[in-house]
Amino acid sequence: MTSISEATTAERPARRFSQGLRRQLVGFAYTIPTLIFIVIFFLTPLVLVAKMSLSKYGLLTGDEGFNFPKNYVSIWRNQLFWPSVWFTVQYTVLVTVMLLGLGLGLALLVQTVTRWSAVLRTVFLLPVSLGLAAASLLAYGFYSPAIGPISPPLEALGLIDNPIAFLGTSLAALLSTTFLVVWKFAGFYMLVLTVGLQGISDDLYEAASLDGATPWQNFVHITLPLLRPTLALATILCVTGSLLAFDQFFILTKGAPDNSTVTAVQVIYREAFQRQNLGTAAALSILVLIVLVLINLLQFRFLRGTDRD
Amino acid sequence: MIVGQQHSALGRTPYYVLTGGLAIIFLFPLVWSFYASISPQANTAQSSGFGFGNYQTMFDFGAGLPVVATNSAVISILTVAITLIISTLGGYAFARFRFWGKDALFLLTLSILMVPYATLLIPLYVMLNALGLSNSLVGVALMISMFQLPFATYMMRISFEAIPRELEESAQIDGCNSFSTLWRIMLPSVVPGLVTVGLFAFLAAWNDFFAPLILLTDPLKQPLPVTVANMRQQTMGVINYGATEAGVVIMALPCVILFLLLQRYYVRGFMTGAIKG
Repeated sequence: MTSISEATTAERPARRFSQGLRRQLVGFAYTIPTLIFIVIFFLTPLVLVAKMSLSKYGLLTGDEGFNFPKNYVSIWRNQLFWPSVWFTVQYTVLVTVMLLGLGLGLALLVQTVTRWSAVLRTVFLLPVSLGLAAASLLAYGFYSPAIGPISPPLEALGLIDNPIAFLGTSLAALLSTTFLVVWKFAGFYMLVLTVGLQGISDDLYEAASLDGATPWQNFVHITLPLLRPTLALATILCVTGSLLAFDQFFILTKGAPDNSTVTAVQVIYREAFQRQNLGTAAALSILVLIVLVLINLLQFRFLRGTDRD
Repeated sequence: MIVGQQHSALGRTPYYVLTGGLAIIFLFPLVWSFYASISPQANTAQSSGFGFGNYQTMFDFGAGLPVVATNSAVISILTVAITLIISTLGGYAFARFRFWGKDALFLLTLSILMVPYATLLIPLYVMLNALGLSNSLVGVALMISMFQLPFATYMMRISFEAIPRELEESAQIDGCNSFSTLWRIMLPSVVPGLVTVGLFAFLAAWNDFFAPLILLTDPLKQPLPVTVANMRQQTMGVINYGATEAGVVIMALPCVILFLLLQRYYVRGFMTGAIKG
């Protein structure tokens, strides 16, 4: 990426220098709105939340003074915390594996340039346009014994005696919520991976087919390795999104049954707005932030490292 | 990779069965939610025969649909405008200029992605209260815009980078300054990027649940998702599923329509990313 100013600087040093400086200033000026936004709405809150995590800070009372490390210590004694971490990890692994698998499958299915695959692509993308809250509310009825459409035909056929309790047990609630999320986001990952697939040159497949490669060999030896950067991006997006899950469980399960489906962000929400303790909520937020940054750095490193072979 | 192209029409039957089945699975919940919203159900406004009784319930709930939908629209329009202006200017600078601190600022913008919503919402709740912006739709829009910045800035940067330099250079030779080059020459070429950024900002704002849940406590300021979620338990703990699904349909309709209308643009917007890597 060489800019115009750089390419011509050498020609007439003095004049070009001032023009170069001017161009730098102009470029910088265009980023001033971004900079202001980031300072006010990103960096300041980050500093503030770090400060809040060091103080006794009630929702209604405000800052009541420094109490480090009390907020952080109390996390360990929070009965919801460790179960929520374990639940969030289970959910993240399940969702990531299923979403990337299905997303890649769908991307491969809509590769052809036909009218039918254009229709398919639209259909698979439709749930993406729904919000997570709207999709969760849809699923709230869909999974309910009152109006859910799955149980009645099965009951009529005599396959089941009572409506299926889609949210009845911890495992059922986890699987039902995963199904909802996979349905809602599969099209998005299909789109991302389609972009990646189109970056792979057709020549490679032609050369391979001349050598008598089977479609499966093509997939393993050409598609997967060359798709790795796109898969890496998709993995990072999916893991980050899943670790921060809130809406779907807040609406669909409210933690039921028995607080077994509480995610990490839900613990923060309860701490802040139900137990009205912003200090410990801030400490939890900082902890989640640190874990997330570490996980992302690890993923970057892992994916970079394997990129070169 | 082209799957199944070499097969005969007969050999392609399994492909049609598989993809057709998947298409039905993906469409079924959407079609069902509309069906559930108009079908008769005991203890709802639509207790016998098909009709729009549940929509009437939804219309009258809380502050009333006109107020609630206006709140949603205000948040969404503000978010789209703020996101488009900031990311267009920023994306242009990141794509076409060199200046001190550029890479650091770009990385900083992307790093917003790594920060949990909850981590920023708690201090922002305190900050907006201190600024007198509590219960403000503008506050919510600013907040959602901030979370749009990483995707929006990245998308606008790669859109501007995909424009041939000659276009810009000839404009400058004709005496355009950098802003009129941006406004008159560059913008028309990045329409797919603008539409993609605008659409995703709209979808995020229209559907956002967490920010309004925390930042808006006044019932008159609530947008659709929070209202519909609250509506479920209106009559003595009995859940009104019919009205809930009517709310889902009302929330989903503008999104689905925009998504279908703008499809050719945002698919192209994403493809720009394919070329630039």
